[in-house]
Amino acid sequence: MGEKILMKGNEVVAEAALRAGCRHYFGYPITPQTEIAHYFAKKMPQYGGTFIQAESEVAAMNMVYGAASAGARVMTSSSSPGVSLKQEAISYAACAELPAVIVNIMRAGPGLGGILAAQSDYFQATKGGGHGDYRMVVLAPSSVQELYELVVEAFNIADRYRTLCMIMGDGMLGQMMEAVEFRDQEDICQADKSWAVTGTEMKRDHNIITSIYIDPEVLEKHNLKLQAKYRQIAENETRVEICNCDGADIIVAAYGTVARIIKNVIKTAEKEGIRVGLIRPVTLWPFPAAAFEKYAQVPKAFLSVEMSAGQMVEDVRLAVNGKKPVHFLGRMGGMIPTQKEILEKIREILK
Amino acid sequence: MAIVFQRPHALRETQMHYCPGCTHGIVHRLIAEVIDELGIEGKTIGVSPVGCAYNNYLYFNCDMVQAAHGRAPAVATGIKRVHPGNVVFTYQGDGDLAAIGTAEIVHAANRGEKITTVFINNAIYGMTSGQMAPTTLIGQVTTTSPFGRKPEIDGFPLNVCEMLSTLKGAVYVERVSMHDIKNIKNAKKAIKRAFQVQMAGLGFSIVEVLSTCPTNWGVDPVNALKWIEEKMIPQYPIGNFRGKDLEV
Repeated sequence: MGEKILMKGNEVVAEAALRAGCRHYFGYPITPQTEIAHYFAKKMPQYGGTFIQAESEVAAMNMVYGAASAGARVMTSSSSPGVSLKQEAISYAACAELPAVIVNIMRAGPGLGGILAAQSDYFQATKGGGHGDYRMVVLAPSSVQELYELVVEAFNIADRYRTLCMIMGDGMLGQMMEAVEFRDQEDICQADKSWAVTGTEMKRDHNIITSIYIDPEVLEKHNLKLQAKYRQIAENETRVEICNCDGADIIVAAYGTVARIIKNVIKTAEKEGIRVGLIRPVTLWPFPAAAFEKYAQVPKAFLSVEMSAGQMVEDVRLAVNGKKPVHFLGRMGGMIPTQKEILEKIREILK
Repeated sequence: MAIVFQRPHALRETQMHYCPGCTHGIVHRLIAEVIDELGIEGKTIGVSPVGCAYNNYLYFNCDMVQAAHGRAPAVATGIKRVHPGNVVFTYQGDGDLAAIGTAEIVHAANRGEKITTVFINNAIYGMTSGQMAPTTLIGQVTTTSPFGRKPEIDGFPLNVCEMLSTLKGAVYVERVSMHDIKNIKNAKKAIKRAFQVQMAGLGFSIVEVLSTCPTNWGVDPVNALKWIEEKMIPQYPIGNFRGKDLEV
C-alpha cells in the first residue's frame, strides 16, 4: 500500500478512476459533485485523456455511450437532477451492453430540491430510472477509502459483464475529507473488447452497437440474455457488510453515510444493554437479500434508516418476507438522522 | 467486358427498406462511394439516427453505432475522442437533428468536433408517419399540421446550414439536393469534401441534403423531385455556406 493522503471524496472518485485506467470523462457541472470534474479537467491532459464539459447531462451520457462503444474505460458523474437527465442513455447503454461507470453524489429531491446529502435516488438507481427491463450494478460506499476501492471495482465489474455500474454516494461523502490509502498498483480486469467499434481495418466484418431489435422474438431473446447476465451478476457480485448481528435485539439496515451513524448507535445502545446489529448493503443492486434471510429469526425487529421517505425499506421487507416486523426511520430534504433519534426509535420499537 | 457500374464496397449487399422514390438510398450510395474513393472503409465509424434511417448500420460495411434520437453528434464525439485517427460520421434526419437533437448538433459543431454529419432534410417526419418537422414549409400539410403549418402556431422553417455557419467550429457547411443528376453529383462532391475536411483535422463538417418523402408528402416519386425543386429550394437555397476554399 502507498501513503495515506487526506482527500475530498469527490476528488478521490476522479483519482480512483484515473488509477483504474479511465481516460475519458464527460460531465456537466452540478453541486455537490463538481470537484470530480475539476479534478479530471486538471489531470486528464497529463494522462493524455479526454475531459469534456458537455452541453448537458443528456449529451454527457451519450458521449459516454459513444466512448464505451469505442472500447474505452469511460465515466460520467452527476448529482440527482443530472442523473435524471442521463436516464435515456442509461437505458440505451444497458440494452447495448456497454460498460461504463456513472457516479451519483446524491442530493435532496424531488425537483431541483436542495444541494445537501440525501439517499432518495435508491428507486431510480435500483429499480430502473430509465425505461425497459434492465439493471445496473449499484455500489454504495460509506467512507472515502471505500469510495476509492469501489470506483476501481466498478470499472472492473463494468468490463467483466459489459454492464453499467453506478456509484451511489451522497453529498456528505462527496464533500468530506478523509484519509485515503491508495494501492501502488490497481488490479485491472483485461476484458475482451473485440465487439467494440474501432474501424474494421478491412480485417473483420463490421461491428454494430445497437439497442433496437424490431423483431419481437429477437428482442425477447435479447432480454432473456440480459436477464441471464443479471442473474450471474447477482450470484457473483453481491456485497454486504454485517456487524454485530449475532444475538442482536434489533437489526438496522442502512447504507452509505447513514451506516456510519448506525455504527456509533451500536456503541451507545450497548451501554443501555441493547444489542443493535447492522446489515449494510454495499451493493444496492444486487440487493443482499440472503443476509436478511439469514438473520431473519435473530432480532425482535428490523429497522431501515435512510435519508429518504422510505425506499430501501421495501427491499428489506421483501427479504425479511414477513418473518419479523420491519420499521422505518427516514429524514429528507438534506436532513441527516441523528444518533439520538435513531436510538429513541430503537427504544420505542423494543418497548 | 469492363464493369461500368457496381455496388460500392462500403455498401453491404442487402435490400434496403426505404419506400419507392425515397432518396435515402441514393445518399447512402454517395457516402459509400466517397468512403471507397477515399479508401477509408477500414477506419470509418458511422452513427445511425432515430427515424427512417435508424437501421442503416445494416447497410454500411464500416463499423456502426446506433444512437438515441438526436444524440448522434454526442455519441460521435465520444467515439472520435477515443479514436481520433478514425473517420466518424453521423447520418441524421430533420426530426433527429433539427428538433430533439438541436443542442447536440449545435455544440458538436461549436466545439469543432472533427466529425462529419450528413443531414437529410425532407421537411417531414417519415418514420412516425408524416408529422410536422422543424423544417416543414409554411402552409405544408402534415398529420400534425392538418391545416398547413402556420407560423403563429408552429413557428418557421429552421434553416440549419444558415444557423450552423455562424459557428467558428463548423468549418464546412453546404446544402445540396437530390432532385436531379447534376445536383446528385454535386452532393457527392460536397460529401467527399466534408469527409476530407474531417481527415485534415480542420473541424466540424456538415452536408444538408434536400431529400424526398413521396409517401408522406402524398406525391409520386417523379413529382417528389419537382417538389424539392419548386417548394423546398426557395426556402432552403442550395450552395456552400462555409469552407468552400478550404485546403484539404
